[in-house]
Amino acid sequence: MPGLKQEKVQQRSNRDENATALLSELVAHFRELRTDLRQEWAQRITKAQLLTAMTEDEVFTEATAVYDQYVEALETGTFESLQAYARNLSERIIPRGVETDEVVGIVLLLRDVLARSLFAKYQHDFAKLNRILDAYEPAANRVANTVAVGFVQERERIIREQQEAIRELSTPVLQVRERLLILPIIGAIDPHRARQLTEQLLHGIRATRGKVVVIDLTGVAAVDSSIANHLVQTVEASRLLGATVIVTGLSPSIAQTLVNIGVDLGKMNTVGDLQGGIEQAERLLGYRVVQITHDDAAATAAN
Amino acid sequence: MAVPILKQGDVLIASIQLALTDVDLVMLRDALVEKVSNYRTRGVIVDVTALDVVDSFASRTLRDLAHMIRLRGAETVIVGIQPDVAFAMVQLGLTLENIATALDLEEGLAFLAKTNRRQ
Repeated sequence: MPGLKQEKVQQRSNRDENATALLSELVAHFRELRTDLRQEWAQRITKAQLLTAMTEDEVFTEATAVYDQYVEALETGTFESLQAYARNLSERIIPRGVETDEVVGIVLLLRDVLARSLFAKYQHDFAKLNRILDAYEPAANRVANTVAVGFVQERERIIREQQEAIRELSTPVLQVRERLLILPIIGAIDPHRARQLTEQLLHGIRATRGKVVVIDLTGVAAVDSSIANHLVQTVEASRLLGATVIVTGLSPSIAQTLVNIGVDLGKMNTVGDLQGGIEQAERLLGYRVVQITHDDAAATAAN
Repeated sequence: MAVPILKQGDVLIASIQLALTDVDLVMLRDALVEKVSNYRTRGVIVDVTALDVVDSFASRTLRDLAHMIRLRGAETVIVGIQPDVAFAMVQLGLTLENIATALDLEEGLAFLAKTNRRQ
């Protein structure tokens, strides 16, 4: 029995060796025809109207680099440098509006161009062609996979970064007077944003020693009941920190939601618009805003 | 662990420094309710800045404490609740209703000074 197993192992390693030999034959072939194949590939890219965001020269330059990387990956069987190149390429071309299907498309085109050249070369020896394709196809598919995955990962990374940036921008806690904070909310509130909003507000209250907070919802058309509940909880949590919350600019729809969830109006301090909210906040803090008359202004200027 | 209770004018200040067991909390409540009649105390401040967790028992004890002290003729302010603790409490429905809260010790003292002036 052990003899059989050994034989099998031997067979497999023979086959591996065979595959390696075939691959190096392939690589030699692709290197030899580099100029023609590259040219044909670039032309087919243009014809298929892929990478329209780039000029023909740029396509050709990138095609050359990708071609060499591709052949190298076939030869060495390692994909790190190709992966790095794919990521680098993605970084450069994503801002120019290149789409995923274009990138996948060009890599598949290259695979096809190379396969065609293999057909042409081994057309008289079908058995050998099959063996060659056995060696070529898995490697080529892996290369296509690597490039596509690299591109998609890069895109996702950019999207994540942008989401992060939007989130940070989306809930500013502004101090407009000593101990008076304003939290203007614009756009839809999803659970994640609601949580972040609460966190920023509560920490903002602590950091700036805020005593009165005006939450302005003028820019929010509607919220669902769980978000409304979250808002009420935020108001209560702010009170536990010793801050009074005034909510302004409630739309009819939000008012309806708040009433539907049965909010305790004794706890919610609401004013119609932001201006009214700020005025009430100033009263609570003991400010009085007085308009300067012309006489006063003249006197100040004279002094 | 006993919580030190300090006197500052007509205000008693209990500053909790470490996480308290339920027994410690009840002892603190009893000690404050006991002492509030000494020195003509008008206000009590409980500083919970150091607490990372306020559970339902702690919250109920604080509420009871405030109500008992009000019956004994003084006002209670809970100060220094951490932002995360505050939101966790609200989510558990522990909102310390009808009990004064303030950002920190300074705010608590200012609040008591204002309510005392009004009386």
